[in-house]
Amino acid sequence: MDLRFGEEYEDLRAAVRAFCAESWPARGDEARLPEREQAIAWRKRALAAGFLHRTVPRAYGGAGAELDVMAETVIRSELDRAGVPHRGVVQGTHMLVPTLLECGSDEQRQRYIPPTLCGELTWCQGYSEPGAGSDLASLQARAELVGEEWVLRGQKIWTSQADEADMMFGLFRTEPDAPKHAGISYLLVPMRTPGIEVRPLTMMQGGQDFCEVFFDGARVPAGNIVGRRGEGWKVSRSTLKHERMLIGDSNIVRITFDALLDLARRAQRGGQPAIEHPQVRQRLAEIAGYLATQEWSVARMLTAIHRNREADAASEMLMAKLFSTNVQQMIAKLALDLAPEAGLTEPRSAEATMGIGEFTPGRWVSNYMFSLAFAIAGGASNVQRNIIGELLLGLPRDRRP
Amino acid sequence: MNFALSEEQELLQATVREFVAKECPPQTVRAVFDGAREPVAALWHGLARIGIAGLAVPEEHGGAGLELLELALVAEELGRGAVPVPFLGHALATLAIARGGSAAQQKEWLPRLASGAARATVALAEDGGRWLPQAWGVELANGRLRGRKDFVPEAEGAELYVVGCAGGALALVESGTHARVTPQAALDRGRPLAALELDGPPAEPLGSADAARLIDAGCVLLAADAFGAAHALVRATAAYVQTRQQFGQPLAQFQAVKHQLANMALEIDPARGLWWYAAHAFDHAPADSARAAALAKSHVTDRAQQVARDAVEAHGGIGFTWECDVHLWFKRVMFDRIWLGAPELHRERFARLEGW
Repeated sequence: MDLRFGEEYEDLRAAVRAFCAESWPARGDEARLPEREQAIAWRKRALAAGFLHRTVPRAYGGAGAELDVMAETVIRSELDRAGVPHRGVVQGTHMLVPTLLECGSDEQRQRYIPPTLCGELTWCQGYSEPGAGSDLASLQARAELVGEEWVLRGQKIWTSQADEADMMFGLFRTEPDAPKHAGISYLLVPMRTPGIEVRPLTMMQGGQDFCEVFFDGARVPAGNIVGRRGEGWKVSRSTLKHERMLIGDSNIVRITFDALLDLARRAQRGGQPAIEHPQVRQRLAEIAGYLATQEWSVARMLTAIHRNREADAASEMLMAKLFSTNVQQMIAKLALDLAPEAGLTEPRSAEATMGIGEFTPGRWVSNYMFSLAFAIAGGASNVQRNIIGELLLGLPRDRRP
Repeated sequence: MNFALSEEQELLQATVREFVAKECPPQTVRAVFDGAREPVAALWHGLARIGIAGLAVPEEHGGAGLELLELALVAEELGRGAVPVPFLGHALATLAIARGGSAAQQKEWLPRLASGAARATVALAEDGGRWLPQAWGVELANGRLRGRKDFVPEAEGAELYVVGCAGGALALVESGTHARVTPQAALDRGRPLAALELDGPPAEPLGSADAARLIDAGCVLLAADAFGAAHALVRATAAYVQTRQQFGQPLAQFQAVKHQLANMALEIDPARGLWWYAAHAFDHAPADSARAAALAKSHVTDRAQQVARDAVEAHGGIGFTWECDVHLWFKRVMFDRIWLGAPELHRERFARLEGW
């Protein structure tokens, strides 16, 4: 056991820190560009320096580095600390790019990966449908090959960024007579295509974080398929191993917990700062126990992956998503209890969107509600429990009708 | 960065796990609960033979010269088997002497403690719930100790007591007529407790030893023990629900049961890192040791207790009978959670150490 990163990684840390200091915030003419353009310019520099998407081959705009989860962790923590715009639209950078690297044609990789990495080209993910949530493979949106084009009909839902993204990667039923998993294809769809309508969905806290997307005869070129017809399910699963790069990201939860502590120092209870109240201290310490558990689990996972002994941290890997969901919900609940009356008024619209912003009372109220979505999005908690029960504890699979 | 065990640590743990699986099946624990004492001595001597009694004793005194992490890995395995041996008190007393005793004290006691020829334990709590040094009143004056200690583990048969004194110093007392042991009917019958009446026995200060450090070490060992016990309970319960049939199918086929089991595993499995780190910090990051130990103790033992409660429920009616093994682990965890102070006490300590 040695919790130091070692000289090699400390050198890397220093290099990232120096790079951030001289590259952000933007200066001169660049500082007058719109925010998005500034971020693109910064990302191009970070890609060239090898601090962003470094495992992507050089031919497609990355640094061609071997996967090194320790390096990823050191770099990410420095980028987070510096507040640079390194977190792009993950649907493109962390889902589409690995998929194309795994299953795309060389032409698709050349065309889509470089602009996606720097943020010039943004993506949304068209998977879920009103009738296909946890049971995703029952999806019904259809694509029919007519001449040289796919003709799309049907509906997607819970599509983050659909109103802003340039492109969608989505799953469509192309072989209606095949068994459900075998009838799906993975298509790339330009969002400005006629016959596509995007309607933002308003969430309970007032934000518009997701959209519905309607397809009514939209046509896309036949070549916009990744993998072969009927292989879409397999293609969409091929990216799972790349999610290892995202392991280790408990930074967001730590940032939220620090904001909670800050709230506890400012909020009053019984005429004193809430953080001095015994009951509040107990609840904070209990959450600190869960958060430390999450952070040490991450350290175990990183070590296990680094040593090519992933089985050593099998339970942590199966539990990471559900565990993180629970911790974030505990934080959300205590925050509202510290400033309860904030919950009587509606968050302002700027406070109602997801993501990390200034932790105003309205944002905590918004977070109180939005944190419930963590138990659904990206694999529902009850499905996670099935997976833990079956894969970790060896309990029998559910009977499938 | 390497947050994993070394090969030697894995080997040590596997050795103890094998020993426990072979020598201490649940029926042995049950026999001890029903009053047998012979298995306790046999198990303890068996463990001493593989070096467990002197794990943290320097090699020059006949021990293995290892650290708190190794002791904690052993505690995990003993918790996993609910093994009824006097490990906890002996490990803590030995650690205190090895780290803080004078050269003469070390020379006199460590070789015999390391080999298992003699056994020691610690006497800390007073008046029921006064676990922390600032609340102790036992006085060492003119080479004699006076006062009373509660909840001394495995006091009967110990030759040596490490006693916590007012102000946080520690003293060494040999067993004898002026150190009277009164059993306290321990709920965890695998780890008997007793009151120790100190009616002026000769005692000497234990070198430069510090009771606060001893309590940090104890917190880590309790967390590790509770982790092992709860981890085992999750697996035992998962096995049980696959055999027990209702409505024509195993209980495990019901999603409600599967989710209950998943939640139990979720509570305990990832918590291993808390006591791993706290043990590591004790030897390698002493400035963070108290904070990490308080968090590990409060969090892991509390989670383990909830797992144990859920295990009883998942077993149904049989789960709260004396004949079902679950209560052996349930009580093990209750001890781990409460001895040295319940989670509330250590959460408050943690909060203070965080500067909240």
